[in-house]
Amino acid sequence: MATPGEQTVKDAHVGKKKKPPARYWQDDVEQTEQGLQHRGEKPQGKRKRKHEEHHTNEKNFISGKLDPFPGPAPVPEDRVQKFKRKEKTKKPPREHYKLRDIIIRSEEASEMAQKQAARFDLLLPEDAGFLEGDEDEDTCTISQEDIADAVDITSGAKYFNLKLSQFGPYRVDYSKTGRHLLLGGRRGHVACIDWQSKQLMCEINVMESVNDVKWLHSETMYAVAQKKWLYIYDSNGIELHCIRKFNDVLRMQFLPYHFLLATASATSFLQYLDVSVGKEVAAICTKTGRLDVMCQNPHNAIIHLGHPNGTVTLWSPNQKEALVKMLCHQGGVRSVTVDRTGIYMVTSGMDKKLKVYDIRAFKPLKSYFLPAGASSLSLSQRGLLSAATGDIVQVYRDVWSTPVTKPYMAHRVQGTVWGLHFCPFEDVLGVGHGEGFSSMLVPGAGEPNFDGLDANPYRSAKQRQEWEVKALLEKIQPELISLDPSELGQVDHATFQQRHQDRVQALGFDPLAEEKFVPKYKKKGRSSAGGVERRKRQVAHEDQRDVIRETVEDKMKVEKERKEKEKKKAALSGQTSALDRFKR
Amino acid sequence: MAKISKKKVSKKSLKKSTKAPDKVTAVVYDDEEDLNEADDNITSEEEDEEDDGGDERKRQKLLEAISALGGKRKKKLGERSEAAVHMSEFTVNAEGEGDKIDLAELIGTIEETPAVPARTKKQLKSLQQSKRTIECPLSKQESERIQRDVAFQKASAEASRWKGIIGQNQRAEQLIFPLNQEPSGPKPMERVVTGWKAQTPLELEVFALLSANKQPINDPILTPAEEASLKAMSLEEAKIRRAELQKARALQSYYEAKARRERKIKSKKFHKVQNKGKRKELIKQFEEMVKADPAAALEELNKIEMARMQERMSLKHQNSGKWAKSKAIMAKYDEGARKAMQQQLEVNKELTQKLVTSLNNEEEKEKEETGEAEVIPDFANDAEQGLDSSNPWMRGKLSEDLTDKEIMIVDLTAEEATANTAEKEEDEEKAEEVEETEQETLLREFDSRRKLRQAEEAKTGPEICVDDEVESKDEAEVLDASDKEEEELSKFTSLFRGLTDRHCDAENEQAEAAAVGSHMDAQLEEGLMRIRTLEDVELLIHKGSATDEAPAQPQLPPTTETLPSATLKEGKNRKRKRGIQLEEILTKETKVIQVQLTPTVEDTEDSNEKLDQRGLIKEAFAGDDVISDFLKDKRKQEEAGKPKVDELTLPGWGEWGGMGLKPSRNKRRRFRVKTAPAPPRKDQHLPSVIISEKRNSSISLHQVNSLPFPFENHAQFESTIRSPLGRTWNTERTVKKVTKPKVVTQLGAIIEPMAREELIKDKKQVSVGNKSSVDLGKRNY
Repeated sequence: MATPGEQTVKDAHVGKKKKPPARYWQDDVEQTEQGLQHRGEKPQGKRKRKHEEHHTNEKNFISGKLDPFPGPAPVPEDRVQKFKRKEKTKKPPREHYKLRDIIIRSEEASEMAQKQAARFDLLLPEDAGFLEGDEDEDTCTISQEDIADAVDITSGAKYFNLKLSQFGPYRVDYSKTGRHLLLGGRRGHVACIDWQSKQLMCEINVMESVNDVKWLHSETMYAVAQKKWLYIYDSNGIELHCIRKFNDVLRMQFLPYHFLLATASATSFLQYLDVSVGKEVAAICTKTGRLDVMCQNPHNAIIHLGHPNGTVTLWSPNQKEALVKMLCHQGGVRSVTVDRTGIYMVTSGMDKKLKVYDIRAFKPLKSYFLPAGASSLSLSQRGLLSAATGDIVQVYRDVWSTPVTKPYMAHRVQGTVWGLHFCPFEDVLGVGHGEGFSSMLVPGAGEPNFDGLDANPYRSAKQRQEWEVKALLEKIQPELISLDPSELGQVDHATFQQRHQDRVQALGFDPLAEEKFVPKYKKKGRSSAGGVERRKRQVAHEDQRDVIRETVEDKMKVEKERKEKEKKKAALSGQTSALDRFKR
Repeated sequence: MAKISKKKVSKKSLKKSTKAPDKVTAVVYDDEEDLNEADDNITSEEEDEEDDGGDERKRQKLLEAISALGGKRKKKLGERSEAAVHMSEFTVNAEGEGDKIDLAELIGTIEETPAVPARTKKQLKSLQQSKRTIECPLSKQESERIQRDVAFQKASAEASRWKGIIGQNQRAEQLIFPLNQEPSGPKPMERVVTGWKAQTPLELEVFALLSANKQPINDPILTPAEEASLKAMSLEEAKIRRAELQKARALQSYYEAKARRERKIKSKKFHKVQNKGKRKELIKQFEEMVKADPAAALEELNKIEMARMQERMSLKHQNSGKWAKSKAIMAKYDEGARKAMQQQLEVNKELTQKLVTSLNNEEEKEKEETGEAEVIPDFANDAEQGLDSSNPWMRGKLSEDLTDKEIMIVDLTAEEATANTAEKEEDEEKAEEVEETEQETLLREFDSRRKLRQAEEAKTGPEICVDDEVESKDEAEVLDASDKEEEELSKFTSLFRGLTDRHCDAENEQAEAAAVGSHMDAQLEEGLMRIRTLEDVELLIHKGSATDEAPAQPQLPPTTETLPSATLKEGKNRKRKRGIQLEEILTKETKVIQVQLTPTVEDTEDSNEKLDQRGLIKEAFAGDDVISDFLKDKRKQEEAGKPKVDELTLPGWGEWGGMGLKPSRNKRRRFRVKTAPAPPRKDQHLPSVIISEKRNSSISLHQVNSLPFPFENHAQFESTIRSPLGRTWNTERTVKKVTKPKVVTQLGAIIEPMAREELIKDKKQVSVGNKSSVDLGKRNY
């Protein structure tokens, strides 16, 4: 009882020949050990071991203290729900043991993944806030200056105006990390700025009208849709490419995970450029006239186009016709935008209405009437909607869940708003207008937590390079773009014929087709037209003949068997009538 | 034929079988004769030793002659086989040569010799009696085969010992080779601690102190007190406990059996009596409980109330079933039927009667006073009624159904009054109640009609703006109705007061109501098909105006009459303007947003004037042709999607052909190839959407196109690949688990084949595990 620890130690060291070096207390220890050995009863030792097992199971501490919070830390149910991926299937009543193993294992893994993700969600430290007015004070009456004064100096510095009245209304684009700003003036002025440090990276005038500007996958390259062609510049303002295949481009969208630059042109062409290999992936003639309304669905990389006849069409590079065509407005569509989760689409039209759609079900959710109509829309990462009406920029909160009667924020800029873009991971809305650019503070707009491996606003050049390589390796092929991104995980139900058809289409010829018989040319006049025909006739319908021959043979066989059977039967019956002799 | 032959065969076999015993007996006789003969021979031999062979020859001749007379010639082999003293010249014949040796002959000598043990004699005797012949030894091949079989069985048994472990390894998620590796990495704390021993004098001292105080030193040890507590349950106790449990289980099973038996009894009377008894007992218990434990009694009361509610809600005992209907027909002529119906009503009454207890006596007294004076629904008791929040129908303003309440009050009054009058009164009340409900429906019907008319007016009215389309307006009105209904409620109560006065008027209205009711029924039947799709649309609209509705909703009286009528009405509308559904959906109810700042600069989005002009024109004629164009487009797409009918008719075959002659319809029909109708379009229920039905063939190249082996359906497979594996979506640990290699080997280590010891160890482990689990189970007691 006294030192059972020694006992176990003894067990552990059974068979060990090496002895520890002798110490000054050694003889004492020896003695005690001896004594213990004499005293140690075997059954007790056994019992001890059992105890040990029991206790390790219950995770007791050495001191014998009980864990006040046994088991793993609980994860809140709603957070677990957030990471859920589809339902698990019902277990079939009687399954193959292999199937059972597979199902159990996969369920286990996905459950673990879900739980772990939920647990690690704790590590996202930042929280989003919102602007709150005093009682009976509208948040939309709070001016930007007030906000800038109230917030800390770094955030306050994010409210600024650039006075660029010379080169006319500006289009705006933020890079994916939200660190860099690209401005494209209508009259040819293109500038890229590290807007947080207000450092000008480059500034050029392309001496042509600029329709749209867009960052490519990183802040080293950007595309400019100029009067005639599409150009690609690097961050120093050096022209890298002039892409003549893409002409009269009006709007552009960049699909970051596919490395695709989608362009919509005045000639009603929707074109896709793979910027990783510089190849045109698809060129689709939409046959719907001038395309100057465009946006992408970040969830499934589908391009949405708005048309003057009030329809919005959805496109993928894999199909020459629109995936979906929905009638949204009675007038033309002026602007379209889709939220980050790919659930909601917001459109504004000539009929001065603003509509919210559930883009998964293609059903309208909300409809608002804006007295002046919205010329351009933009959705932030956290679902704030900014709408530009004339020279006023309005920001709305929760347009889809609760009917909104007044904007969350409003701000007047100098000229007509021409481009709107929320900055990712920042509470900033960039507004390009006739008199330049203004960056306004919109509390609660940006996602507070960024994924360091995906879009890291604070990354160094080295990290960017690493990221670029990884992103290129993980590039998603354009064939995988479809309305339902989970379609890849489904089993193809197509029939063999359909698949064969697809194959023929992909290959350009039918691999299973039999080649036609061409008679050999014979010399010395033996290849006369009649002779050739005769030779052809010899092999004509060869396959059919085979089939016919086989079927005839089969039939004969069956007939023969039947007859034999009958004969046997007759013989067995043995009752022959007198008239049987006349039988044939 | 076959049968006949079989019969023959069987007959033959029968004959054979009949013959066989004869033969046997004959053989036996023969043997006996032979025996006698043999005996004779022996004796004659002994006697005629000195006689010459002449006699012998004669005798032989004579025997032959006799046998020849018998017809069958006995063929005897003339063969020299044995040396004998007397040899005939012509035929050499040994004595008893053709005869069989009988066991009995041999045994005869044994009987006499005393050296043979009795047991052997017995055995021999039994052997003698049994007629079975001894089988000859097996051939070499056969014996070898048997040996092989046995050897195989042994080997397979040996091999099959590995089967379990092989299966286990095959199914294992991960195998690590070589086996029996020492687990690397950090050891658990406990193991490290137990491996450590006190060495320094200080440590020893500490341990001595601990041990002296009987404190646990290492992890696995419990304090003596704890051990004692663990030991507290002895074997006897456990046994007793087990016995108790057994008994309880047995009792339960008896009880269950009894209940089952009773439930199977079909006698209605029995059940009636039983139920009544139960109810009485319950009430009795309840009374007792009221005295003993008021809180529990209150709960019980609630329960009873709940049951009463359920009874009231259900159609049981309401004389509305099939049986009741048939009885109602018969009631005119049949006294019994009438009585039965009456009885059922009584049952209903009884079940729906409110329980009177001391708990709510005071309230009732109050009620009585009011109830006696005038039949008015008092809203004063709202709070009391809202007590059971489980009933959603009881919340809100009109929570207590007026009629219900009244009945309740009346019931109470009736109880106070004498029995015979009470019944009459109740009947009256019941009639009144029916009329009330009818009047209610009538009122609501009128109301809804009025609304409908308004809506129609609104539709035709020129002043409606483009935004507010009819449907939404209707909808809004319906929603308004909820607010209105509250007003109406007050109206209704006043109306209700005057109800008794208008009793006679009601009769007329009743007829009307019935007519309306029938009309409604007809509507119902019409609208039945469409309601479902409508609901979907409505849901959205509801969402659209959720804020307006949200506060109103709880107050909305859940009258079952209005809701169906509303939907019905909608259904009607929908039906009428089916052609312009699209517009309805396009022009949803819109919210006007007020903005403090008004734009000073007008939109100059389209810089070039031409476009602006066009835009202006477009705006001016907005909605003119957009919708019809879209509809046309959609129809075209639908048409294109339909499978084409192939006509393979060749003109001139089987009939005259030529200019102006068309093949007959009959013929065309004969050669028409019918194709299966296309599956329903995805945008079937979305009028403002065209979804392309084209197959996305590019993704199908990457999809799995046939179900892998163990899976039985697509859903199973899809669910197993539903969660991603990569680092982008998962935590590191998950990724490691998910991408675990199937086999792990240590670099440079020799992988020995599995030894037999492994097998034994495995078994041991299993047994140990079982034991430990048992132990744990014991602990848990």
